[in-house]
Amino acid sequence: MLRLALAFLLLATPVSAEEVVLGLSQDEVAITATFDGDDILIFGAVKREKPIPDGDPLEVIVTVAGPSEPLTVRRKDKRVGIWVNVDAVEIDAAPSFYAVASTAPLSDVLSNTEDLRHKITINRAIRFVGVPEQITDSGKFTEALIRIRKEAELYQTLESNVDLAQQTLFRTQIDMPANLVEGAYKTRIFLTRGGRVISTYERMIEVRKVGLERWLYNMAHDTPLLYGLMSLAIAIAAGWGASAAFRAIRG
Amino acid sequence: MQIYLPIAEVSVNAFLLLGLGGIVGVLSGMFGVGGGFLMTPLLFFIGIPPAVAVATEANQIVASSFSGVLAHLRRRTVDLRMGTVLLIGGLIGAALGVVIFNYLKALGQVDLLVKLCYVVFLGIVGSLMFVESLNAIRRSKRPGAAPKRKKHNWIHALPFKMKFRVSGLYISVIPPIVVGITVGILAAIMGVGGGFIMVPAMIYLLGMPTKVVVGTSLFQIIFVTAFTTLLHATTNFTVDIVLAVLLLLGGVIGAQIGTQIGVKMKAEQLRILLAIMVLAVCGKLAFDLLVMPSELYSIGFEGH
Repeated sequence: MLRLALAFLLLATPVSAEEVVLGLSQDEVAITATFDGDDILIFGAVKREKPIPDGDPLEVIVTVAGPSEPLTVRRKDKRVGIWVNVDAVEIDAAPSFYAVASTAPLSDVLSNTEDLRHKITINRAIRFVGVPEQITDSGKFTEALIRIRKEAELYQTLESNVDLAQQTLFRTQIDMPANLVEGAYKTRIFLTRGGRVISTYERMIEVRKVGLERWLYNMAHDTPLLYGLMSLAIAIAAGWGASAAFRAIRG
Repeated sequence: MQIYLPIAEVSVNAFLLLGLGGIVGVLSGMFGVGGGFLMTPLLFFIGIPPAVAVATEANQIVASSFSGVLAHLRRRTVDLRMGTVLLIGGLIGAALGVVIFNYLKALGQVDLLVKLCYVVFLGIVGSLMFVESLNAIRRSKRPGAAPKRKKHNWIHALPFKMKFRVSGLYISVIPPIVVGITVGILAAIMGVGGGFIMVPAMIYLLGMPTKVVVGTSLFQIIFVTAFTTLLHATTNFTVDIVLAVLLLLGGVIGAQIGTQIGVKMKAEQLRILLAIMVLAVCGKLAFDLLVMPSELYSIGFEGH
């Protein structure tokens, strides 16, 4: 890791005055049969050619985003005495997982325009265009999406969760829950001063099923008939096995 | 112990699934119902995606029904001939049901329809059975009052008569086929084996003895749910084999225990218990529809 960090130091041509050198405790999350969530340690250093500038202090924001997918958020309402889904808002892309960690409350370290440009807060990370005309309160649907996913720990706002030492070394830990979707998780680091983003850095973390999980998943999609028959064979065998075992026990 | 399910893509407690499978297995062996009407809502509750829950549930029912039917076969309480006739109707009905289901899906609100179906049918079946078995128990407690014999009605005037020796019936094949088709349609729409409709239909419409009904119902459920499993596996890829194995390990053992319990109990007691259970599930579903939910919003995935 140190050698890799050094290589980055040598190769990177300075674009702005302060840049990120990043380390990850792991750049791959393996989903095994007993997968129960994972912690990812994200750490790094700020590289600079000149001494630390005066004025606004340096702040660090770290985001981790799972693969995006289109969703429909539905709302129930009372119709003829029963609660049914009435209104629906389609969301074009919502990350399956999103964590945003920062050195201080986001409202202090990030201006609105910069948030809009880089889509850093959870609200901005969710994208939707078409809203049916009869729905005037579409904001409540996104709020609900965020609320439900926050309860499932799929969306996390971790303010003041990034440790920054001497405006140079930073580290944070992201806890990923067990209910992860496979795919490339985009990790972004933003350096800000006075609410303005002065440097960004991106890296991918691969979340993949491995071993038996991988094999079963592939089989279910590549040879579905065989997979279905295998499921039935297991069911029949288990049914027969239990019956035979009970007969043996009872003599 | 947490287990990550490869198709459902969620992590769940393995012992919780074994326990759920076991409980539903006991009910399956006792009453001849697949237990889908009970298990599917339970799986939703622990966070399994609905599509995966319905498909995997079908596979688990195959296992517990097979285990149960073997126990009944040894006891000669399966009317294979009646089972086959019902099955023919059932498969026709299931195919029709899938067509109806897809049509309703295109109209939207299919979830609501499924729930209403549950409430209405569970309610009707449950209350009818409850009242009837209560009367039967009262009659048996009053000595001297002989139970009413089966009446000859219009069903016995229909053509294509067939002898069902195990059930002690000599009736036309038309009523069992019609029962099979009706149950098949409902089963496909509601995503269950249909045992909880089939069992009362066999007792009250066809006049089969309760002891034979359970084994025969299980016999035909095996085939209907096996068919459903294959259909889900090949079209939706939603059968989670890890989930199924955990559920069915508990399920097959439970089914054996349930069959033992069922043998020791009187037919009326068995029916009244099933009636209470059906009414309880019905009540829970009706409650959910009538009372304001704590979370009004829900997230749906497109293309599922």
